[in-house]
Amino acid sequence: MSKEGAAAEGLVEQSLYEVRKTIHPRAVRGWFAAWRWALVWATQLVFYGLPWLQWNDRQALHFDIVHRKFYIFGLVFWPQDIIYLTVLLIISALSLFLFTAVAGRLWCGYACPQTVYTEIFMWIEQKIEGDRAARMRLDAAPLGARKAGLKAAKHGAWIAVALWTGFTFVGYVTPIRELWQEVLSVGPWLAGGAAPLLGPWETFWILFYGFATYGNAGWMREQVCKYMCPYARFQSAMFDQDTLIITYDRERGEPRGSRSRKSDPAALGLGHCVDCNICVQVCPTGIDIRSGLQYECIGCAACIDGCNQVMEKVGYPKGLIRYSTTHAMEQKLTRAQMFRHAFRPRVLLYSAILAGIVIAAGVSLWLRVPLKVDVIRDRAAIAREVEGGSIENVYRLQIMNTEEEERYYYVVVSGLPGIHLGGQSQFDVEGASSRMVTVRVRIGPGAAQPGTHPIHFQVSAVGIAGVEVREKSVFIVR
Amino acid sequence: MSQFTSSFWDYYIGVISVVSILACGVLLLAQGKRRVAGGESETTGHSWDEDLGEYNNPLPRWWMWLFWITIVFALAYLALYPGLGSFAGYWKWTQVGQLEQETKQAEAQFGPIYEKFAGQEVAQLAKNPEALAIGQKLFLNICAQCHASDAAGSRGFPNLTDNDWLYGGDPAAIKASITNGRNGIMPPFAPALGEQGTKDVAHYVMSLSGMAHDSIRSARGKPLFAQICAACHGAQGKGNPLLGAPNLTDKTWLYGAGEAAIIEGVTRGRNNQMPAHKELLTPTKIHLLTAYVYSLSQQK
Repeated sequence: MSKEGAAAEGLVEQSLYEVRKTIHPRAVRGWFAAWRWALVWATQLVFYGLPWLQWNDRQALHFDIVHRKFYIFGLVFWPQDIIYLTVLLIISALSLFLFTAVAGRLWCGYACPQTVYTEIFMWIEQKIEGDRAARMRLDAAPLGARKAGLKAAKHGAWIAVALWTGFTFVGYVTPIRELWQEVLSVGPWLAGGAAPLLGPWETFWILFYGFATYGNAGWMREQVCKYMCPYARFQSAMFDQDTLIITYDRERGEPRGSRSRKSDPAALGLGHCVDCNICVQVCPTGIDIRSGLQYECIGCAACIDGCNQVMEKVGYPKGLIRYSTTHAMEQKLTRAQMFRHAFRPRVLLYSAILAGIVIAAGVSLWLRVPLKVDVIRDRAAIAREVEGGSIENVYRLQIMNTEEEERYYYVVVSGLPGIHLGGQSQFDVEGASSRMVTVRVRIGPGAAQPGTHPIHFQVSAVGIAGVEVREKSVFIVR
Repeated sequence: MSQFTSSFWDYYIGVISVVSILACGVLLLAQGKRRVAGGESETTGHSWDEDLGEYNNPLPRWWMWLFWITIVFALAYLALYPGLGSFAGYWKWTQVGQLEQETKQAEAQFGPIYEKFAGQEVAQLAKNPEALAIGQKLFLNICAQCHASDAAGSRGFPNLTDNDWLYGGDPAAIKASITNGRNGIMPPFAPALGEQGTKDVAHYVMSLSGMAHDSIRSARGKPLFAQICAACHGAQGKGNPLLGAPNLTDKTWLYGAGEAAIIEGVTRGRNNQMPAHKELLTPTKIHLLTAYVYSLSQQK
């Protein structure tokens, strides 16, 4: 038989796509699960709660996109303050680098919305459908009244949480108390009453964000991390030999195998792994951590909690699966030695840069002047001679009051002998608004040579020290 | 475009586009599965650097549906929108059509705001802060380029804040200036007057507004003025708003006061144009602009 013929006989068709195998993670309790739940509470109390807070008779946190102003407690950010958003993103990115270098995918395992909402949705699932074994039985069972009822209850609860999440999300952009009244108006409309007050875009975004929450946390789950998330992929590129990762202590665990509780593993030639498979059952991404570090691992430490419970039960020391580093494993470092390795140049450098940027951003926010001025010189009408031979130039000043109180400002001009404003020099600007004013700047006859001369406008708030802005412009004589 | 190229290129583009999209579908079908020797290995069979293999890690099947969705989207897009050569698409979408539609929407949205001002008198609107705010915005956008942001003008561009008007300052005259524009022409008189005559006339004109002047030249210039200039500027030099001929007896000098500027004007003439705005602005916008400009000279 020829080689081709032999190959053709045993040919098997293999698809490059496969239907996702549903993962039924077993619920787990322990130190790290407690941490994750603490972060679920912390992040969600902030997310769901903050938009309801009031400040200065308005929503404390309001991203008013329509009027292009972001209200964050006492601060009002204008589009010109985009630098602060940039700095925030840089701080976030550097924090991610730092945490990842020190302890791997901490963000993924504890704080990422995908993890947090999946945790909440899995909790609901477990309350309604039961534990892992019950859920697997239910999924395998033919569709009956009980199964339909449980599934409907689960999806109903999921959709309720998802819609509330969508509503909260939109509540950051549209004042949430008004939005709530608008949402309430949908009920009477459905009952045949007047048209609802809810706008088309508000409706769209509530539904869209709600659908994204429901779809990602209910259906997609680990697939978001495995196939869609770019962070997941590049975070592993920031690991090194001293990064804390979730590690199975192969040397201690192998050879694995079940044994009676009374027997001595050494006598049986077995390691400490009792091969109970709990670490696989609790994994939300469905991997076996005993095969080593894998890209699917989101670092949630559920397997550590699961394994520690088993170790406790069978009377072996905890930590067969634990946070450890490649170096610690290879060189058998003690915990203290391992933690000392955390202070390596890359970590110190990340920390220094991060601290520098945080301090600079803080100082800049502290010193931020709540006033912005743009000077726009009249372009076509260059200069004019007025009575007595004085030369006059005209400017438009855009005065932006970024405080919420009405302010009075006075304008002073300097840079040429005898330069002064002809006409009004004091202007009031309402809180959190801008005003375009026209000013005439005048010099006496012969006070300057023909040509352009640099001048400065100084705009200061009346009666408030420090609120002043100096802008440069040019004065033209011809 | 079709007048420059033959219709061959329409088909050329269209066929390439459709065939490429369909080829993507064929590729998906052909490459979704592969045959491997049973039980031999789980690798894809690719190898790099002699011994580096690649495991087959199947993508989730919904991912494949995303590929199909893009193909369906592409075909639907090409059916609805222009994209296949000169085929206009089922919805007949054009940029001009979209602009017209958006313009219509904007008119429906902002029309009522302007409409409530259209029926009111200019003098009345000049006291209405809401109308003046709109008028000022229009002024800053359209008029301030020449007349300056404070409307006080500059050399060659009249000051609109005083009570001195070339063509009259009542609402009707202002509206006519904005709507149809103005073209003020003073012909050059150097050939008629000669160098000395020009200077004499200039000194007479200076005497009219009380500037320092040479009285001998002024006396010589007076008959020349009556002969040549009075036709437009009037016997007393008070100007003529029908022609836009300026009043020479006041202190307003569009091109600057003094002998040099006046001699330049007489010698070379002046041609000053205010463009017409009836094509640019709706009648209601011109109405509001008139009210704003009118209000400027009413404040004093």
